[in-house]
Amino acid sequence: MRLRQGQFSFLPDLTDDQIREQAQYAIDNGWAVSVEYTDDPHPRNSYWDMWCRPMFDNPDAAALVFEVNECRKEHGGKYIRVIAFDSSHGWESIRMSFIVNRPADEPGFRLVRQEVDGRSIRYTIESYAVREPEGRRYA
Amino acid sequence: MSTATTAESEHEPSPPPQEVDLAAVFEDSGVKDVLHEIDETMIGLGPVKQRIREMVALLLVDRARRDMGLATETPTLHMSFTGNPGTGKTTVALKMADLLHRLGYVRKGHLVTVTRDDLVGQYIGHTAPKTKEVLKKAMGGVLFIDEAYYLYRPENERDYGQEAIEILLQVMENNRDDLVVILAGYGDRMDRFFSSNPGFRSRIAHHIDFPDYDDDELVRISQIMLDQQNYALDDEAREVLLRYVALRRQQPHFANARSIRNALDRARLRQANRLFLRNQGPVSREDLSTIRAEDLLASRVFTMGMPDADAAP
Repeated sequence: MRLRQGQFSFLPDLTDDQIREQAQYAIDNGWAVSVEYTDDPHPRNSYWDMWCRPMFDNPDAAALVFEVNECRKEHGGKYIRVIAFDSSHGWESIRMSFIVNRPADEPGFRLVRQEVDGRSIRYTIESYAVREPEGRRYA
Repeated sequence: MSTATTAESEHEPSPPPQEVDLAAVFEDSGVKDVLHEIDETMIGLGPVKQRIREMVALLLVDRARRDMGLATETPTLHMSFTGNPGTGKTTVALKMADLLHRLGYVRKGHLVTVTRDDLVGQYIGHTAPKTKEVLKKAMGGVLFIDEAYYLYRPENERDYGQEAIEILLQVMENNRDDLVVILAGYGDRMDRFFSSNPGFRSRIAHHIDFPDYDDDELVRISQIMLDQQNYALDDEAREVLLRYVALRRQQPHFANARSIRNALDRARLRQANRLFLRNQGPVSREDLSTIRAEDLLASRVFTMGMPDADAAP
C-alpha cells in the first residue's frame, strides 16, 4: 500500500528536477528546507530523523537535491521527506512537506480493534513494517 | 524510481532550432552590458579582458550548439585566477559570476568567497561537513577559493586539507551543472599547488593570469576610487601620488590596487585631521573634497622608506 502523506503523495514520484523546483519555491519564499528520514510510516509519527542541518542560507535548491541524494545513499530503503519551515511571525511551522523516497515494498497498515467497556470498540492502525525492530523494517 | 522515467518521457522536447543568431543572443542575454562594464570600470588588465571575451564567445557558441542538439555535455567551467594581490581577482570573479548567470550556466549567479579556514576543520570528522556546507551554499553560483594553495600542506601528511580537496574534486566533477569553482592565488604558489594535485589541473578548463598594474594605471584606479567617494586630488597631489606609487612598489608587501586604497584611506584621515586642526572659519565644499599634496607627503613611504601597508593608519 502506497503511503499517502504530505504534498504530491497522490502523484507519481517526483523527479530530482521536480524536487529541485519545489524546494526552490520554498527557498524563494524564505523558508528553510531540510531533509528527514524514517522507517516508521505511521501518520502520527512526527519524530523523523534529521538528515542534515536545515538549510537557512542556501540560495539554490541544488544543495537540497544534493543532500537528498546523499541521504538516499545511506537510507535508500526508508522514507525520506523534504520539509520547508516558515519562521515568520504567526506561522512558525512547516509550510511544505513531501516524500521524495520510499521503500521498494510498502506493507501497509493493519486495523487494530480493541474491545473496551462492554461492547464498545476502539480502533487504531499499526504499520506492518513496525513489527520488525528498527533498522530491519524494510529489507 | 520507476515512475520518474515515465514522467520525463511525457515531456516531449521541442525540435531543435535550425539556426541561431549569435549577435541577438549576445544582446538579449545582457552579457554585452557586463563586458562593457568590465571594460569601463576596470583599468588595465588587457590580457584578462581578452580571455574573458574569448570565454564568453566560447560559452555563447556552446550554448547555441546545445540548443541545436550538437552537444550535450555541460562544459567544464572551473577556473583558476593567478596573480599578485590586489590585481582585481575577486572583482573579476564577481563579474564572472554575473556573466555565467546571464549566459545561463549558473542558476543564481551569487559569489561565495572562502579561504582555507572556511573549508578545513580542526579535528577529525569536522572537515567533511564544513566543506559540504560551503559547497551547498555556493550551489547555483560561483565558489571563489582565495589563496587556494593553502588547502594543500605537503609538510603535514595528516593535514585535513587533503580531505577538503577530495570532497571539492568530487563535487567539481559530479555537480558541474550546479556550481563553478574559481581557485585564486599567487602565480608561483598556485603552480606548485597544481603540480602536486594533478586532479585539479585536469578539472580546470580556464587559467587566467592577472598582470600587475603599472604606475599610470594605479593612479587612474586611485582617481576612480576617489571619484566614488566624492574626493578629488589637486594637481600637485596627483604628481605626489605618482611618485608614491613608484616608491611603494619597491617596498615589501606591495599589493597593487589594495595598497593604493589603503594609502588613500590614510590620506583621507590626514585630510580630515588637517581640516580640523587648521579650521579657520567655515569649510567649503571644495575643501572637504580635495586631497592635497601634503596629505600624501606625510606618508612614511616618503620619509622612512618603510612600508606602511600593514601598520597603524
